[in-house]
Amino acid sequence: MERLEILKTYKIYIGGQFPRTESGRYYTPFDKKGQPLANVCLSSRKDLRNAVVAARKAFGSWSERSAFNRSQICYRIAEMLEGRRDQFIAELVKQGSTTTKAAQEVNLAIDRIVYYAGWCDKFTQVFSAVNPVASSHFNFSTYEPTGVVGILAPQDSSLIGLVSVIMPVIAGGNTCVVLASEQLPLCAVTFAEVLNSSDLPGGVVNILTGKETELVDQFGSHMDINAVIYAGGNTDHATALEAGAVVNVKRIVVYTHNFADATQENPYFITDVQELKTTWHPIEHVGGATSSY
Amino acid sequence: MAKNKHKETPAFDFSGGWDYSPSPESTSHVQLKKRYDLYIDGKFVAPTSGKYFETTNPATEKVIAEVAYGSEADVDKAVKAARKAYETVWSKLSAKERGKYIYRIARMMQEKARELAVVETLDAGKTIRESRDVDVPLACNHFFYYAGWADKLDYAFPNRKMTSLGVAGQIIPWNFPLLMAAWKIAPALAAGNTVVLKPAETTPLTAMLLAEIIHESGLPAGVVNIVTGYGDTGAAIVNHPDVNKIAFTGSTNVGKLIQKAVAGTGKKLTLELGGKSANIIFDDAPIDQAVEGIVNGIFFNQGHVCCAGSRLFVQESVADQVIQKLKDRLETLYVGDPLDKNTDIGAINSKNQLTTIRKYIEIGKQEGATIFESSCALPKKGYFCKPTLFIDVAQSSRIAQEEIFGPVLTIQTFRTIDEVIQKANNTPYGLAAGVWTDKGSRIFNLTTKLRAGVVWANTYNKFDPTSPFGGYKESGFGREGGLHGLGAYLKVDN
Repeated sequence: MERLEILKTYKIYIGGQFPRTESGRYYTPFDKKGQPLANVCLSSRKDLRNAVVAARKAFGSWSERSAFNRSQICYRIAEMLEGRRDQFIAELVKQGSTTTKAAQEVNLAIDRIVYYAGWCDKFTQVFSAVNPVASSHFNFSTYEPTGVVGILAPQDSSLIGLVSVIMPVIAGGNTCVVLASEQLPLCAVTFAEVLNSSDLPGGVVNILTGKETELVDQFGSHMDINAVIYAGGNTDHATALEAGAVVNVKRIVVYTHNFADATQENPYFITDVQELKTTWHPIEHVGGATSSY
Repeated sequence: MAKNKHKETPAFDFSGGWDYSPSPESTSHVQLKKRYDLYIDGKFVAPTSGKYFETTNPATEKVIAEVAYGSEADVDKAVKAARKAYETVWSKLSAKERGKYIYRIARMMQEKARELAVVETLDAGKTIRESRDVDVPLACNHFFYYAGWADKLDYAFPNRKMTSLGVAGQIIPWNFPLLMAAWKIAPALAAGNTVVLKPAETTPLTAMLLAEIIHESGLPAGVVNIVTGYGDTGAAIVNHPDVNKIAFTGSTNVGKLIQKAVAGTGKKLTLELGGKSANIIFDDAPIDQAVEGIVNGIFFNQGHVCCAGSRLFVQESVADQVIQKLKDRLETLYVGDPLDKNTDIGAINSKNQLTTIRKYIEIGKQEGATIFESSCALPKKGYFCKPTLFIDVAQSSRIAQEEIFGPVLTIQTFRTIDEVIQKANNTPYGLAAGVWTDKGSRIFNLTTKLRAGVVWANTYNKFDPTSPFGGYKESGFGREGGLHGLGAYLKVDN
């Protein structure tokens, strides 16, 4: 007798836990042949608010970790993903990819995670400055994370798009709330399981599944989201975010990149959600300018 | 040996008797015109509506000139001129030549520095000491600094090819009229953009003097256009479809309107908005220096400073001492004729602003805070406000939450570092902060945890062209000044 397959329940990821949506709603994305992929949580505005609370709670300790430690944790994500290559390839194929393309996508995703892991303790060196002010002060500028970042992931990609918008955000010390692709959500939930097993503190990345049309206004107008990255490809939604952002002068970043392209990775994706801080302190001139040392 | 008879000398008496002789700056070398036109396409032209508005000296309430009221049609002319200049001249010019024009403007401003300082004081009410020693030199230096960037842009953003945006629309406030014009125009030009700038309606004169300097410098027609007017003039710039970039400095309320207006247009936006910055003094701080820093933090430029240290947090153990010293110091501040070189606090910029400040002082009293005002006499004419402290202020008080933009300081106390970090960050704003302590490790703890774009440790209200300035949270986004300030005027050339 053939063994009955255990089907996976795709849940959302909030504060390091895998709850179902509080709304009890779900939707069913279909594959190319019109077969249902799975029942997926149709996240509500309340789920988004809960996720923001979790992200805010995690922000303090994540942003204060040493950059080296963040780097190691990000690298660990790549290790965990590598270990689950086959699962991701199978999921991508299930969502319409070919085996070859799926393998390429997973490889690129793993390599991209390693790429951003490496930037954690380097980008501030590249982009900071000691500013030669004319007065007798020591003055320097360096980047700090913006805070809680909302991410609306690319709709046309299940894994590489998601990874490409999450990694630069957390590498820079932010925490985030992500809405996965509506029709290709499977890898997002499995990626949450990768994150959950890779030393990443709960709440740093929170992943919701559902519809952009339902949640885009909430992302824009939520008072405790500091920035939103929009990669969903819908210009009306981007405009709605930009208009909603005025409530707390949110930063809105719109990406139209094809993240499946191996060149679409650089540290400017990190600095897009950073704040530049400039610090001044007086210099006492005891020895005077003619000191020989 | 005769016994010295010790005679009791009276304690310092700050209530009078310390008057300096008046020492007013001469205005004889300044020839203001009766009427100032718009500067569009390299020409000084009358507004299409034929309308002009008056600008007054807030220290005397006298009208000092008439200024053109630019309309939507004038803005359209200016944007067209800027577009033409961008496409036919400015973007084709070599970066070196572009830089040389900006250097030339910087030098000509330096030559006319004294005139600019006097006019700034006449139009804005700020003290001559400040406009002469701070505003004008910093404005000149800003042009000088960015001039040198014009041919070095390839080094600013590693591994990226950056290009100019096109036409930049810029709207500036009344608190640092010439300096803000410099902050806006210099980096825009260095990055290769052309400009339409609107000065604030109460302080348009130095921008028009700058237009004359720019004209004299031979800068190609249309590269910089200056359109004076009111809020509707600014709105016409924001809403013009052929503007590629909006840079705004001003209130958070107006900034939000602009952010909304720009949504979906693809215009690049930088906002430098309001603040309610914390100035934190620990018990180990050099108290006298700190008191000077607090005074400079809140009373510099009559408190019309977006980054003013308007919320003072004093560690409880030194609160009485600090507050007493502050009161004593307040009594020694000279409030009066801005042209007098002895004056510490000049005139409030406008009648409207004075009304706003007085409204907040009333709110503070109603909320139950204890008020202390300097006992100084105020001039009979003009818009003046006594330097004011509020003690026993609650965190939830409106005077501790909302930007007053005047010489009004709220004072709160704290015991622990965690407490003061939480209180300092408990505001929608995030522009600046100050920390006063002798302990280095504590400075770095604080400067790291304060959510603000500029942190002054053991100093306050210092500015420099090389130093990026701008806020977190509702204080806006984007930076002005330094290498990072260039980013506001460039785009990645994919």
